[in-house]
Amino acid sequence: MFRRLPDIAGDRVSFTIDGRPAEARSGDSVAAALLANGVAACRNTPVSGAARGPYCMMGVCFDCLVTIDGTGNRQGCQVRVAPGMAVETQDGKREAGR
Amino acid sequence: MAKRMGRSGGARPKDRTTLAGAGKKMRDCPKASGVQDEDPVGRLKRNERDSPRDEQAVEFLGAKTGVGTMTEPKRGGEFDIAVVGGGLVGTAVAWGLARTGAKVAVLDEGDVAVRPSRGNFALVWLQGKGMGMPEYAGWTRASTDSWAGFAEMLLEQTGVDVAFRRPGGFMPVLSQAELETRANAMMRLHNQPEMVRYPYEVLDRAALLKEMPFIGPEVVGGTYCPLDGHCNSLRLLRALHTGLERSGVAYRPNHRVERVEPRDGGFRLTTAAGEIRAGKVVLAAGHDSARLAPMVGLEAPVRPQRGHVIVTEKTAPFLHHPTGYVRQTDEGGVMIGDSFEEAGFDTTLQPGVSSAIAERAIRFFPLLAKLNVVRSWAALRVLSPDGYPIYEQSATAPGAFVVTCHSGVTLAANHALTLAPMIAAGGLSDAFKVFSARRFHVPQAA
Repeated sequence: MFRRLPDIAGDRVSFTIDGRPAEARSGDSVAAALLANGVAACRNTPVSGAARGPYCMMGVCFDCLVTIDGTGNRQGCQVRVAPGMAVETQDGKREAGR
Repeated sequence: MAKRMGRSGGARPKDRTTLAGAGKKMRDCPKASGVQDEDPVGRLKRNERDSPRDEQAVEFLGAKTGVGTMTEPKRGGEFDIAVVGGGLVGTAVAWGLARTGAKVAVLDEGDVAVRPSRGNFALVWLQGKGMGMPEYAGWTRASTDSWAGFAEMLLEQTGVDVAFRRPGGFMPVLSQAELETRANAMMRLHNQPEMVRYPYEVLDRAALLKEMPFIGPEVVGGTYCPLDGHCNSLRLLRALHTGLERSGVAYRPNHRVERVEPRDGGFRLTTAAGEIRAGKVVLAAGHDSARLAPMVGLEAPVRPQRGHVIVTEKTAPFLHHPTGYVRQTDEGGVMIGDSFEEAGFDTTLQPGVSSAIAERAIRFFPLLAKLNVVRSWAALRVLSPDGYPIYEQSATAPGAFVVTCHSGVTLAANHALTLAPMIAAGGLSDAFKVFSARRFHVPQAA
């Protein structure tokens, strides 16, 4: 679905999506890295269960919420992907304490 | 984490506020009071469910008055009854009046109205209520007992589920001394003559842990009342308004009532959008009833008392019982409340108060610390001098009633199913004398 522009450089960064190895470029936001890895839907909404994915990419829409390194409801577009980072998609509501 | 504010839209990393962060920053700010009207609490015993006074609660349900048709001739104008106020109290009464077949108008202010109905904590609560006025405990118990049926009726009529649950409510405490105080207060409450008893328990930490394994290390125990519950009060307001529409009630927004005058055996109400005539008038205007009541020989000496509420993002259900200060809504958000401030009509959010209630909530339930706050606000309780309701018909202008209370959610079932039929039928029973504003007068003999 999404492809990188040919002139984009940056070091490769290894991280995981739901435990599966994935690769991004240094400087990618988590939301961009998810899209680049073909994960268009990263969560289900807490009330109706509808699928949601990164949309505005600038911190406004809150649709790209994911669990990052164990913390739920992080805005994927506002966090840079880091080596070894564990990104998890969210099914429904975040759990309190997580 | 990100503190989402409606207007600012995006949350930048520097805006991030977790509950823990808010609590730490503001530790020296004014404390939220740990006390509320629902908190006097009890000793290490359980009351019998069947006490001799239980029938009083049933009596309040108004079996005698029931729901009938308006038989009185329409006097003085286009409506049988005009209800002033479109909040939870006014709409619950109007909804009940409409069920009797009366032709009802609800005169409301606009969106700028001071509206606790949109800012409340949504408890349907009995625990601790009635110190100094045991009849209030009976009245409250009757309403909580009627609530499930009331919610059912609203659902059937409007399709709106107000999410009423009655799993029992906890009041956790942070010190042994506080537990003693609550236990003693609960015992004093139940030792009052005329008290309608209800079951409660005083729990130690081990007992509390069984129900809520996630309590903080400082929680020493708490009290529990199996009759406490909660609902979604925004949906309650919507259900009542929808119900009014379906039953043909004339809802008139932007009709702030300037004047009420007895006229031709009924009442003339001068509003911001013209004149309305009605045979009877019910003042359920919350804070504004203080201004309106004297126009028809009544009194409603109410004052605003501010309370802050914080709500977090929606989280998976974990808190299965409401508490007096923290509850999880049907959709998953965690509401934190229970501050008490005398600040007139100022609804400006005080960060120090928000922080204090956030910090206290985290001491009860440390797992809240990581949650994102999505909204916070301040609302104004409608309080009479003793905190109890005023229900009264005017002696000098019969047909004019005042209905005002702090607990518009808890008492909604009674207002709709018990009080409204009495108003439609012409008067309040003797059981309501205790709720007259005359109680605020210094007795002549004293």
